[in-house]
Amino acid sequence: MIQRLSELKQTALLELDAVKDPSNLESWRVRYLGRKSELTNMLRGLAELPIEERKTAGALANRIKGELESVLETKTEALKTISQQQNMRADESAAAQGDITLPGRPIPTGRLHPISETFNEIADIFISLGFQVVESNDVELDYYNFEALNIPAEHPARDDMSTFWIDYENERGERQMLLRTHTTNVTARNIATMKPPIRVIEPGRVYRYEATDATHLTMFHQVDGLAVDKNITMADLKGVFYDFARRFYGEGRRVRFRPDYFPFVEPGVEVAVECAICHGNGCRLCGNSGWIELGGAGMVHPKVLERGGINPEEYTGFAFGFGIDRAPMLRYGIDDLRLFFGSDLRFLRQL
Amino acid sequence: MKVSLNWLKQYVDVKLPVAEIANRLTLAGIEVKSTNVIGANWEGVTVGKILEVNQHPNADRLHLVTLDLGSRLETVVCGAPNVAVGCKIAYAPIGTKMIDGHTGKVEVLKPAKIRGVASNGMCCSEKELGISENHEGIIILPADTTIGAALMDVLGDAIFNLEVTPNRPDCLGMIGLAREIAATTGSAFHLPDAAYPEADVPIAERVSVEIQDPDLCPRYCATLITGVKIGESPEWIKKKLISYGMRPINNIVDITNFVMLEYGQPLHAFDYEKIQGKGIIVRRARSGEKITSLDGIERTLNRQMLVIADKERAVAVAGIMGGANSEVSDNTTSILLESASFKPACIHFTGRTLNMPSEACTRFERGISPEMTIPAIKRATQLMVELGGGQAAKGIIDVYPGKTERKSIKISVASAKRTMGVEYSLDQIVNSLTALGFECHADKANLSVTAKAPYWRSDINIPVDVIEEVARIQGYEQIPTTLLAQAIPMQKTAPLTALKRRARNIMVGYGFQELVSFSLTNMDVLVKLSPESKKPEPLPVHIANPASSEQEYLRPNLLAGLLVALTLNKAFIDEGLRLFELGKVYLNRNGELPDEPDMLCGVLCGPRAERWWQGASEPVEFFDAKGVVEGLLKQIGIVAKFEKSADENLHPLDQAAITVDGQQIGVVGELHPLVKEHFELTQPVYLFEINIPMLLPLIKDKVYHQIPKFPATMRDIALVVDSGVTHQQILDTIKGFSLVTDMALFDVYSGGQVPTGKKSMAYRLTFQYPDKTLTDQQINGVQQAIIKKLTTGLGATLRG
Repeated sequence: MIQRLSELKQTALLELDAVKDPSNLESWRVRYLGRKSELTNMLRGLAELPIEERKTAGALANRIKGELESVLETKTEALKTISQQQNMRADESAAAQGDITLPGRPIPTGRLHPISETFNEIADIFISLGFQVVESNDVELDYYNFEALNIPAEHPARDDMSTFWIDYENERGERQMLLRTHTTNVTARNIATMKPPIRVIEPGRVYRYEATDATHLTMFHQVDGLAVDKNITMADLKGVFYDFARRFYGEGRRVRFRPDYFPFVEPGVEVAVECAICHGNGCRLCGNSGWIELGGAGMVHPKVLERGGINPEEYTGFAFGFGIDRAPMLRYGIDDLRLFFGSDLRFLRQL
Repeated sequence: MKVSLNWLKQYVDVKLPVAEIANRLTLAGIEVKSTNVIGANWEGVTVGKILEVNQHPNADRLHLVTLDLGSRLETVVCGAPNVAVGCKIAYAPIGTKMIDGHTGKVEVLKPAKIRGVASNGMCCSEKELGISENHEGIIILPADTTIGAALMDVLGDAIFNLEVTPNRPDCLGMIGLAREIAATTGSAFHLPDAAYPEADVPIAERVSVEIQDPDLCPRYCATLITGVKIGESPEWIKKKLISYGMRPINNIVDITNFVMLEYGQPLHAFDYEKIQGKGIIVRRARSGEKITSLDGIERTLNRQMLVIADKERAVAVAGIMGGANSEVSDNTTSILLESASFKPACIHFTGRTLNMPSEACTRFERGISPEMTIPAIKRATQLMVELGGGQAAKGIIDVYPGKTERKSIKISVASAKRTMGVEYSLDQIVNSLTALGFECHADKANLSVTAKAPYWRSDINIPVDVIEEVARIQGYEQIPTTLLAQAIPMQKTAPLTALKRRARNIMVGYGFQELVSFSLTNMDVLVKLSPESKKPEPLPVHIANPASSEQEYLRPNLLAGLLVALTLNKAFIDEGLRLFELGKVYLNRNGELPDEPDMLCGVLCGPRAERWWQGASEPVEFFDAKGVVEGLLKQIGIVAKFEKSADENLHPLDQAAITVDGQQIGVVGELHPLVKEHFELTQPVYLFEINIPMLLPLIKDKVYHQIPKFPATMRDIALVVDSGVTHQQILDTIKGFSLVTDMALFDVYSGGQVPTGKKSMAYRLTFQYPDKTLTDQQINGVQQAIIKKLTTGLGATLRG
């Protein structure tokens, strides 16, 4: 009997080893551990054995039963893992054949326009400096675009900003509405409506009657800015531009202020940033000057403050304005401004 | 403005290198845009004297020229027609970089045999040396030029291309610029001597001047020069005019131009004999008054313009151009010279209205100081006496009704710091201002300065003007960089700006490409949006002076631009397109500023997705566009309804108004097939338009609701309703049952077992109660009530 139990164990283990398909495990279990299996029969027949043999055979039979149950469990787990792996492979499309380089299911992809992205970037920088964004209308009254900014009729500064006029005359036969020539109109409006302390930036579209070419269009984008408070100085303006240039154009970029003239500021400055290509040494891009002109700025003219109801004896302020379309041109090496507004996806999808 | 450095050096003793002078000017506010150094490549080019001219043995038109170069003799081959023994010429040795007279390219002069004879260098033309375009003959230098001198020292120059800001008319003249250079470099400045001998006859006996409209003419000065001989100007004047870009005419006219370029003060020379009644009257033009200007064109004037007249007629348009009737001709012998000051706005208006931009006009409209009239007229009179051989009458007529005292302006160390953020010392302030010609009185106790601007500066009016002058001379690089020290003002983020940014980002996330297109458009494109090609009503905002017929109107919608973009891109992109623009449209409010709402417009066209290897995707349809709108509004926090609409640009059956609380905020639909054809599009186009500012007040604040602790129960019901019944009607009917927390439509079916004229709609209802589990009985009760309400309200039956 003991002999038979050992043989039985050997056979059972060999047979289990050969099982590859999990569905054959059940028949193995029935055969070796089932109610009608030889082992079960042997355990049932123990009672008929002499007492001495019964003890030894009983212990052995029970141990073998435990062993077989345990190896069955291990085998079942092993086969399950293998089968899961096989299933995963079978799940893959027959056509794919495991080629993971095939394109994934396409998702429609959109992009922000580079002008929007630039606006966002500029706005975020100024917002972090405590400025808030204010937008205004493109069609503007002569007053806010010119008069309020110390540019009365027949002022030569008007010649530099050739204006589109709206085809509407008032009862006196005057045209008073125009397409704003700069976003400084929002500065004029903010000075008239806000009370200090003021810190705002004013992005928007502007229009000039100009011959169209690769770097000039009748429409372009600007950001103006204004800060009015007690004790604001030109040094603060310079500080703001240094910070802006560092964050927008890159660490360590120098800023140059030089005197310039805009009727609504005094003193007025032209702001230039060190050329990104030559780092101030002079190259073709910057016309050998080492500087890229950014825009105009200055201390708000006392008359402009006064006209807007702010006392220039009590408050000072700075204002600035610059075009933004040039920034993505420089950044991406684009040589034709017209591409931005031509809606050609072959261009827009590159950016 | 083109300015010769050699000319400037007649008034200022500046020794700095050319580039440094340019840099100082730029940093002082007069931008040097470019510098053309004449003679940059003239190393080795020297002055030679022609000793012999012999015929070339093998060529009729060439000569062999022997040159004395001071230290040695050279023989060169020369083809110029103007070679002559004794002439001083410019000699270039082998190796000189010069411009090829025929090709215009810069070449290095190489040793060469010309028709068999070696030429050791050459005699140069102006073109070859880059002085001018003249290649008619070689340069003949003045007889007193030193043989062997470097040509650079004789003809070299630097021409600055300057940009003078409109507030500095004084810098539209060499003397003004020289003053700036002197002040910024600390060099010595000197005015030309303008003294001249006068005859005995006082000018007042020969001519009178009357200003009838002193508001337009604050000052009028005149001198009289008799016995002049009209002829060519001397070379030195001609050269200077040419360096600036002006054409020499005759000695008298050239002198007026020369002195204008010198002082910035425009002058005019009349033929004295042609002045009727020997009296000058400065008056407004009569309405419709005509005058033929010097250029031969008849001009019609009006009351806003000023003329210089004699007793009979207008003889000049003041400040713009003289009249042909009083022009200086070859026979002129007596000159009445004018040096006047006119109101800038009047000159600007006249120049613009008559379309007569001129050098004089540019200077007057910028407001050159009336004080400049006398120095300029003295200088011009002197030159006319000297160079025209004339005699000046005694004295100057000076009618000056607009005389104003120059203001004293007080600034202080503190006020300068308040503006510039720099503490300039009292000495720095005084020294800077004095260098610029200001009269200063320093008050050491109060650290302040009372300053009076020099007579040539018309742009200094208030204290900050004076502070700017100090800062300019001290240099803007001295200004430190500080951070705004004040408290950050209360920030109210502009909700519209934030919403626009959010909407753009959502659209990009939905796979839409953002476009930014021109706000100016044309009627040809706009009428395409109408199936009947009608013009939009009301007419869009019209530009009075459009740059082209392409850009005559402000866009009243974004759609036209997007459809143009679709057509453009469909030509080369064979796939589904999703485009959007978020920007202003301009709605005409006749006579008032237009309404400029920010609109969001999106278009979808072609397959839903890119071509893929597991099968092509279906083309987009109405519900793709609607899905985008629903998704966008849901993300923003708005629940909208869709109602039947009748937008004429859209397919009559396939469109809906987007409404919130009965207010329309936009539209979604399929583009009208005829409109699609107008834009030459073949596939159906689906689109939506949403008014972004209208959304702002509709956005619901987000409120947290506790996540239900008790399980929900789902029940499916299939209803059979008339085909006219809408999903919205069913939703509205069920709205009142608070236990139903969600109602999802999962099938719409007609045909088969569903009777004709009916449709089946299957919903999954979710029942839930916040604080307990619902029993089957409770749910059954609610479900029955719902079905009863649907039956009575909409005639719905349950599908068996």
